[in-house]
Amino acid sequence: MRRVAEAMHEASTADLAIKATGLVKIFGKHRAVDGVDLAIRKGMVYGFLGPNGAGKTTTIRLLATLLKPDGGSAEIFGHDLHREGDEIRSRISLTGQYASIDEDLTGMENLVMIARLMGYARREAKMRAEELLRAFGLEDAAKRQVKNYSGGMRRRVDIAASIVVTPELLFLDEPTAGLDPRSRNQVWDIIRALVKAGTTVLLTTQYLDEADQLADRIAVIDQGKIIAEGTSSELKESVGSGTLNVQLLNGEDRSRAMAILEEKLSVHVQFAADSTSLTAQVNDSFMVAGALGELAKQGIAVTSFSFGRPSLDEVFLKLTGHGTAQETDHKEEAI
Amino acid sequence: MTGYIEQTEKDARELRLDESIASSSRPKPPSALSSTMTFAHRALLRIKHVPEQMFDVTVFPVIFLLMFTYLFGGAIAGSTAEYLQFLLPGILVMTVSQITMYTGIDLNNDIRKGIFDRFRTLPIWLPSALIGSLLVDVVRYSLASFIMIILGYALGFRPEGGMAGILGAIGLILIFSFSLSWIWTVCGLIVRSEKALMMISFMVLFPLTFVSNVFVDPKTLPAWLESFVDVNPISILATAVRGAMHGTVTFQQVVMVLFVSLIMTAIFAPITIYLYRNKK
Repeated sequence: MRRVAEAMHEASTADLAIKATGLVKIFGKHRAVDGVDLAIRKGMVYGFLGPNGAGKTTTIRLLATLLKPDGGSAEIFGHDLHREGDEIRSRISLTGQYASIDEDLTGMENLVMIARLMGYARREAKMRAEELLRAFGLEDAAKRQVKNYSGGMRRRVDIAASIVVTPELLFLDEPTAGLDPRSRNQVWDIIRALVKAGTTVLLTTQYLDEADQLADRIAVIDQGKIIAEGTSSELKESVGSGTLNVQLLNGEDRSRAMAILEEKLSVHVQFAADSTSLTAQVNDSFMVAGALGELAKQGIAVTSFSFGRPSLDEVFLKLTGHGTAQETDHKEEAI
Repeated sequence: MTGYIEQTEKDARELRLDESIASSSRPKPPSALSSTMTFAHRALLRIKHVPEQMFDVTVFPVIFLLMFTYLFGGAIAGSTAEYLQFLLPGILVMTVSQITMYTGIDLNNDIRKGIFDRFRTLPIWLPSALIGSLLVDVVRYSLASFIMIILGYALGFRPEGGMAGILGAIGLILIFSFSLSWIWTVCGLIVRSEKALMMISFMVLFPLTFVSNVFVDPKTLPAWLESFVDVNPISILATAVRGAMHGTVTFQQVVMVLFVSLIMTAIFAPITIYLYRNKK
């Protein structure tokens, strides 16, 4: 009986792309990564969500063998981070926050170079580069220097360079930061195609909708620690109640509306940032319907209302006690 | 209708994407030689795309040679033609030594941009990234040397060592410069900005190249300075290069250059590789 349990445990470990225990990285006095545990299954998209300076990039750099941890241990596909760097490097690929390509070279030259460094022969390297440029919609830009590319094209050629040989694990550090919606969708399509082919993806993002859209599981990171982990639904559940938003036609009605809502919902109602809206945390949709009806009865005009589970934004705010947009000044993050 | 066309275009793109991912194979990692040549090729492509970077090996030598020949020639040796015979080998050493620092600057730029991270996550023999670009630098140094010697010849430089002497002298300069480059790669890996790196290399190279026997015979110097000049690696190289060009080089002078080069490489190449591997 015990043997079965052990076998099952082994099977689940073999399913893991990344297993980390107590990872720590210290820069000077700043604990950039402060005891991170991870268990990421093969074939999933895993999202690190957090503000600037939270330790997302540092964690990725530890896992990609670019930094040595000051504490803890990790295995990538069962290979030890300390001792089996070469094994790990032949399975992973990294697209950093800043373009990890030579901007003075053309897109074609960059991809041929990477393909050659991956071990392709000259002719095969050229064919592979051409194929990728076509697939990424960059064939027209193949002969232009990357420094003349738009942000979206740069990002795409960067990701193309990462999948010259399809990696088993791809690290993407803020893959869509600063991209327009169209380019962002293209990058998302690429990520989905990779996952379909079996690649595990670990991405960092500051955008909640990106984590929501792409990631199977999300770790919310703040000040070097994982403060919450789960699917996007689980994270929203964990915060509990839904949020009611009511926008009034006239701002003068706000106090009156607040009194009515508080009475009907028996919860605390807040003024929202703009001068005509109110928000409240409620669970019961029937009570919400009743309260809205009461507003109408009292002659308070409502221009719009929404009721639903909290957005990841609200989850983040609740978990960290500060918003996602907060800029912290840990410059180590950028190194 | 347009919606339909857009949809089929999107499908076609997705299909190409899926195919390109599926058609990926994992070849055997490249040999050290192959990856070194790829990095050398990268350096050549960079020259092709950014030809301005060749100023340091084309314009620099010309300016330096003209400037110092005509500025100091009359005062130091009585005539520019005579001074040129003494100066050219030294100024060649000085010019090439000074442009070695660009190796460190290129590396520093790679680190600050993301490409350094990509190279480090590739399954390659890491030193090849450095050796590849150093090899192309050797080509650049040769170019600087030939430009200076041809210009010198036009100005009246007549080496007595002949072609063999000139080639031997250039060979010594290349070996020395390749070794000296490792110091700048170490600095390039430690220093944060390009500016700081420029400053450090000027602080080292300026005194080292001027307080040497490049411009004057050290016998005219005060004793304490003369003893420094005598052990200055730049002087050691300049002496051997001058000797080779004029056919008076001794075995001991050549060995000294090789010895200094070996020491620099033995100390700074491993440090460079260590830092490259373990950079934060």
